[in-house]
Amino acid sequence: MQTRRETLKQSGAVAGLLATTALIPQSALAAFNAKAFEAKSVADAVKAFGGGALVESKDVTLTGPDIAENGAVVPIGVSTTLAGVKHLLILVEKNPSALVAKFDVSDAVEPNFLTRAKMGQSSDVYAVAITADGKTLYAKKEIKVTLGGCGG
Amino acid sequence: MADPMRIRAQAAGGNATVRVLMSHEMETGQRKDSSGKTIPAWHITEVTASHNGKPVMTAEWGPAVAKNPFLQFTVKGAKAGDKIAITWKDNKGDTRTDEAVVS
Repeated sequence: MQTRRETLKQSGAVAGLLATTALIPQSALAAFNAKAFEAKSVADAVKAFGGGALVESKDVTLTGPDIAENGAVVPIGVSTTLAGVKHLLILVEKNPSALVAKFDVSDAVEPNFLTRAKMGQSSDVYAVAITADGKTLYAKKEIKVTLGGCGG
Repeated sequence: MADPMRIRAQAAGGNATVRVLMSHEMETGQRKDSSGKTIPAWHITEVTASHNGKPVMTAEWGPAVAKNPFLQFTVKGAKAGDKIAITWKDNKGDTRTDEAVVS
C-alpha cells in the first residue's frame, strides 16, 4: 500500500528525471564549443577539439600577409593537402582568446578556407589540421600588425 | 534582422569557388564604450553551407573573425545552376540564410 506522501515523492522524482532528460537535447543543440573559444593558448584550444600534441607539417599551409596594416581585417587562409582531415583551425597566439575559427572538412569541400581575422597585436598565427585518426599538424607564420584590431 | 549576405559562386574545373560576405557587427566583448562599460560580445558562432540542400561545410567562429566576415571555400563537384545556401547563427540567436546559384 502506498501512502500519499510516497506517491508524491515518486512523482517528484519522475518529474525531476524528465526535466534533466529534457535538458540534454538542449545542450546538445548548443554545439558551439564555447570552451575552445575561451581558451587562452593555442594548445588548450586544440585540445578542446580532441587534438593532441602539435606537430609541424609541410602539408598544412597558412596564407596571410607578412605585415598587416590594419589588425581589424587580416586575410588569413588555411589549406592542407592531407587526406582525412576533420577540422581546420585558425589561431592567433597573442589574441585574448587564441581560436579564431574552426572549419569542419567534409568530402564535399576542398580543405581550403579563406577568411578575415582580427589581431590585437603582432603575433604568430597558427593553421592547425586535426585528422580523423587524431593527428594534429600545424603551420605557423608571424604576422606583424601596425594597428591593433581589438582596441578600445 | 540582419542585412542579406552577398554570395558569389563560380564554377571552375568541376568545382565551385564560393565567396561570401556577411553583414555582421562581430563585436568582440573586449571593447569599452565611452562610459567605460564593456560592450558585450555579439558575433557569428556557426556557419553552415549546403549544396543543393545537402550540407557540405560547417564552421564555428569566435569573436576574432573580422567585422562583416568574408569566407571563401570550394565545393567539389558543383556545377553551374547548382544552388549554394549559406546560413549563419549568432550568439544572440539571430540567424539568416541566403542562397545563390553557381554561375
